[in-house]
Amino acid sequence: MSEAVMAPAPIYNERVIKACVIAGMFWAVVALAAGVYLALELTWPAFNLGFSFTNFGRLRPVHTSAAIFAFGGSVLIGTSFHVVQRTCRARLFGGEALASFVFWGYQFFIVMAALSYVMGFSQSKEYAEPEWYLDLWLTIVWVAYLVVFAGTLMKREEPHIYVANWFYLAFILTVAMLHIGNNLAVPISPFSAKSYSAFSGVQDALVQWWYGHNAVGFFLTAGFLGIMYYYIPKAANRPVYSYRLSVVHFWSLIFLYIWAGPHHLHYTALPNWAQTLGMAFSIMLWMPSWGGMINGLMTLSGAWDKLRTEPSLRFLVTAVGFYGMSTFEGPVMSIRAVNSLSHYTDWTIGHVHSGALGWVAFISFGAVYYMVPVLWHRPALYSKRLVAWHYWIATLGIVLYITSMWVAGIMQGLMWRAYDTLGFLQYSFVESVEAVHPYYFIRMMGGVMFLAGALLMVFNLIQTVRTQPMVVAGRRDAPPLGASPVPAE
Amino acid sequence: MPTKVEKDSVSGRLTTGHEWDGLKELNTPLPKWWLYVFLACVVFAAGQMLLYPSVPFFTGYFPGLLGYSQRVEVDRAVQAVAQQRAETVNRIGALSFEQIRADPPLLNAALSIGRITFAENCQPCHGTEGTGRPGYPALGDDVWIWGGSLAAIQQTITHGVRSEDKDTRTSAMPAFGALGSLKPAEMEAVADYVQGLFGLPPGKNAAEGQKLFVDNCASCHGDKGQGNQELGGPPLASRVHLYGGDRAAILAQINQPKHGVMPAWNARLSAPIIKSLTLYVHSLGGGQ
Repeated sequence: MSEAVMAPAPIYNERVIKACVIAGMFWAVVALAAGVYLALELTWPAFNLGFSFTNFGRLRPVHTSAAIFAFGGSVLIGTSFHVVQRTCRARLFGGEALASFVFWGYQFFIVMAALSYVMGFSQSKEYAEPEWYLDLWLTIVWVAYLVVFAGTLMKREEPHIYVANWFYLAFILTVAMLHIGNNLAVPISPFSAKSYSAFSGVQDALVQWWYGHNAVGFFLTAGFLGIMYYYIPKAANRPVYSYRLSVVHFWSLIFLYIWAGPHHLHYTALPNWAQTLGMAFSIMLWMPSWGGMINGLMTLSGAWDKLRTEPSLRFLVTAVGFYGMSTFEGPVMSIRAVNSLSHYTDWTIGHVHSGALGWVAFISFGAVYYMVPVLWHRPALYSKRLVAWHYWIATLGIVLYITSMWVAGIMQGLMWRAYDTLGFLQYSFVESVEAVHPYYFIRMMGGVMFLAGALLMVFNLIQTVRTQPMVVAGRRDAPPLGASPVPAE
Repeated sequence: MPTKVEKDSVSGRLTTGHEWDGLKELNTPLPKWWLYVFLACVVFAAGQMLLYPSVPFFTGYFPGLLGYSQRVEVDRAVQAVAQQRAETVNRIGALSFEQIRADPPLLNAALSIGRITFAENCQPCHGTEGTGRPGYPALGDDVWIWGGSLAAIQQTITHGVRSEDKDTRTSAMPAFGALGSLKPAEMEAVADYVQGLFGLPPGKNAAEGQKLFVDNCASCHGDKGQGNQELGGPPLASRVHLYGGDRAAILAQINQPKHGVMPAWNARLSAPIIKSLTLYVHSLGGGQ
């Protein structure tokens, strides 16, 4: 199929995508720097410095929100606008103005949220710390995002909706539902920042982890699978491995994920039956998650040599590898017997970061390395060598991070449950804190390496735009001539 | 875009015939192993739901074929530990301190029970191995406020200091400055004298301070600042200070004294455990 038979592609809205890429990289550096600083505080608590606003409790949500919502969110909004236009052959619904509102409205939310955390405002819900007035603002921005995305899908010129867009749409819709459900709260007055949750006790905890786990499922999994489904086949220049698998794993993932939240509340006041259901659905979730990994990796069959020549592909493929690892680890940790060892330990922290650094950040880096030359019309990146350095430093950083947290976490779990022959605890809590100290240092070094890699990336991207000549004619992402599929006999 | 099924030259699979921005999809069937593992997971999950409490109804839930309950499980585990502890704990409870100390294996058991109990309950205030912190007495030295004998330590742990227990140990130093019973110059004089008691050079009005000390302080702190364990008057002729040993700290304490609180541990620990804890604290270096 050649371009000749089609109408020329419209001129897409790219300004907002560029803005998202710039914001995404800025927030990546902020999130990683905050993470390194917190790791430093955990290793040597004196780095709390004695100020309320540098306290671990206030900086931690800055780190998590900057990583998930600022970095991840900016990349998701940017890539979704990039992907939906090109796979629909349509400009953004609502034009540049509505898209810009989504971008600036979202950035405003992030800045206000971060400021409110350091000033001590929080509704104490993990990954949903902003108070009610910011939640209302985000709802408005998010609905505008949905309108842009769904509107673009509706005015598409293509007969079918590409698989990446299913995942993006599931992400946008479900996050809206989760955000509203978990943030139902009553402010103590219209002029006060403080509010109380509509739920109480264990119901509140369950709603929180219904939200928290599906933030992982729909924000950090479904959304980034949307990225995977566009940028891997693009970078590899191969057809997606299996359409049928994409259908089955999409629907099974969507259906099963939403029930898995109770596995965060094993052995608590949550009724036993809810715990069993949470565990059962988490185990069923293993293969639906791996469907995405299979489709990502198998798409490369016949194109593995491109790992040497296409710099973004290394990040994209390694991301899928880490995705597969953490979506196996997750169901294992949801088993109640395993959870009784792993819960409340640093194993959980390691698990989260193998997903956040290995999957979310790597797939984002891969997509951004691919997008920057395309969006700024540059022939190639400034330096492939720097990409290689980034890749190896960051990968080693992740390995240090997750292995140190495995060791620390399992050690904590074993120390906490160790009894002596008389039936008394073998170790005090403080002894377990002392025991993990070296691993906290190793974790911090892993974070430093990951941050250093990201700084190399920022330098490389800036140099790409500054020094590479602009390509006026032709698009780098145009379907290459002589692409591998040939007409069926 | 018109639909046009093609054949992929690498895998030999057909495409679905759709195309988006140059992207195509192969119509590869589901990998068999993927499907079977998925089904196996579903069977395993269903088995879990059958065995354990799972599906909720309007007025209850399916309890599962095993009759499992995490509450029952916890009770069973707690009972098992209690049973494991019973023999040692009962013997410690039944015997006197002297008898326990005469039985080295039992004493060792009591000390190891005391060590972990101390680390879990006392360490946050009194420090690792009782090194103490400002406001929290050190337990590893021979300076005692309420006494360092086994019986005295046991009493303090059991009922606490200024706690809610009716037999609590309690003492209150008057706020000499804040209540106006000593004038600022007189407090300075008392401090001149007190600092001499523990080895600093006495201030210039130490003689006047000594007179004031005898009239106001000696009844609790002793005429030479040696302290009074009956009343809980801390010794002042000691380099071990509860709230600091510099002049400002001395004056602050005379003016508006701080009073620490220690909980009564009988609300949380059983008598034999407190006995073990007593032996452990006594062994830290200052036991009398």
